[in-house]
Amino acid sequence: MLASEQATQLSPSAKTLVETREMSLVFGRQTILNRISITIPKGQTLAIIGESGCGKTMLLKSLVGLLKPTTGNILFDGIDIHSLSDVEMTTMRRRFGFVFQNAALFDSMTIGQNVAFPMSQHGIPSGKNGKTLVLERLAEVGLPDAVVAKRPAQLSGGMRKRVGLARALILEPDLILYDEPTTGLDPIMSDVINELIMRTRRKYPVTSVMVTHDMLSAKKVADRIIMLYPFTRLEKGESQILFDGTPDEIDHTQDRRVRQFVRGEAGERLMEMRAARTERSGPGDLDTLKHLDVRGDD
Amino acid sequence: MKTEARSINSSAWTEKIGQAARDLAMRCGNYVVDIISELGDIAIFAGQILLWLVTARPKKETLLPNFYAVGVLSLPVVALTGTFIGMVLANQSYTQFKAIGMESRLGAVINYSLVRELGPVLAATMLAGRVGSAMAAVLGTMRVTEQIDALISMGANPIHYLVVPRFLACVMLIPALTIMADFMGILGGYFYSVILLGIDHAQYIRNSRDFVGGFDFFAGIFKSVFFGGIIAVVSCYRGFNCQAGAEGVGRAATASFVLSFVLILVLDLLMNIILDMVSLAIWPGGAKLI
Repeated sequence: MLASEQATQLSPSAKTLVETREMSLVFGRQTILNRISITIPKGQTLAIIGESGCGKTMLLKSLVGLLKPTTGNILFDGIDIHSLSDVEMTTMRRRFGFVFQNAALFDSMTIGQNVAFPMSQHGIPSGKNGKTLVLERLAEVGLPDAVVAKRPAQLSGGMRKRVGLARALILEPDLILYDEPTTGLDPIMSDVINELIMRTRRKYPVTSVMVTHDMLSAKKVADRIIMLYPFTRLEKGESQILFDGTPDEIDHTQDRRVRQFVRGEAGERLMEMRAARTERSGPGDLDTLKHLDVRGDD
Repeated sequence: MKTEARSINSSAWTEKIGQAARDLAMRCGNYVVDIISELGDIAIFAGQILLWLVTARPKKETLLPNFYAVGVLSLPVVALTGTFIGMVLANQSYTQFKAIGMESRLGAVINYSLVRELGPVLAATMLAGRVGSAMAAVLGTMRVTEQIDALISMGANPIHYLVVPRFLACVMLIPALTIMADFMGILGGYFYSVILLGIDHAQYIRNSRDFVGGFDFFAGIFKSVFFGGIIAVVSCYRGFNCQAGAEGVGRAATASFVLSFVLILVLDLLMNIILDMVSLAIWPGGAKLI
């Protein structure tokens, strides 16, 4: 049985919330994503892993319409999001929550205004109830009431990420997307974020998609993992999705590239970098890599 | 044998020169295509701003900070530069006018230059430098730090939310800044000419009044509205298309000023020609200095 089939059977009765059909993303002459087909059932927490530059963030942004695929479709709750009008898309966006890599809080606003922003955009009055809701969401991510009057620049990286999570949760979305939620945080704060993501899933009936290269985080939080591989480094005709399965299965995968990624081993990458450098600069300019003893995994 | 070698050498040179010429022509062609395509992009961007301007009303909380930054905070620097330009004009023109015995006409030339040309261009230049660069830098930083993506993901349109208020602030408040530059320049010119150089007060005022008319004042203000529009469109466009990193933001800020300034001067020339034609059509004789 294929890994993808096993993963789909995690919850066979679950209804699909998000689906990408043969989706490709091309910038100029550079293909970032090639014919990606993924089905995400309601309530699932999916982690998309892969090395830097493989297109994971682009895929995440495409799911909520921030990028338009060159070919293929993206369906949310059965609706092709790129066929929607601007007004319909704005209404649809109420059902998405996006936690950006560096939180992307608005510098010109206070923390309270940042968290309340989605309410004001969707015409929800931010009166006394709105303020209570903001404080509630901040409390859920472990932040005191006093932060509402502060500016994003006055908070630490971990606090900003938690504010980003509170802002994404304010309208109780159906789909929440995390772009590298633990990157740049210390191990303790990374685990705090992991716990918050899990608590969010327990408290709200939310479907989550997380892009990360933190394997600890992916294994702890996700119930399904997909590994993307850079299109330019694939063999001819190979799928860009190297792995699609459960966190347990990823430890026993036969694919050498997936195993190297999970274990955090450079493998043949240094050899490749050396070869690429030789091609560009000639053999005499390899001092920095020459002394390294590089062996592949196999 | 020697002749043959010389002929091969000469044909190699010809080929090299031909290749260099082709490269140069290709580079120039690419440069022209880049400029045209960028101007096209700016025009589309301006079209989107106008579309949002008529389809949705901007929120008060987005308008006020921009009006404050463009109007109130720019006022002192525009007033100061206006005063000095008025005085410099008096200083530079005095010797020439005195040589032909026409120093009493100084008021006419100073005030005409200020109201028609220097007031609007100076206010626009200060606005492009002070506000336009800041707009490009702020929007560029927002682009680089994914704040613009965050806005879109929460259902806000960045043109409506970020650009329209800045456009309105520039277009609506640049006339006020121009009036301030005109006023302070006239005061500066009067102070230097009458108080410091001792030109007769009554003659200075009479010549100014005779030569500078309401149309000149209107022409200056009218031009300034377009300058304000150019500054807002170019600066916001540069910010929205900012490249990654601190260098990208810096480049967006600098490029926004340079492009705004060039476009202001080009538009200034074109509008002067058109306004002069209108003026001549309305008043065929026109006012004469001598």
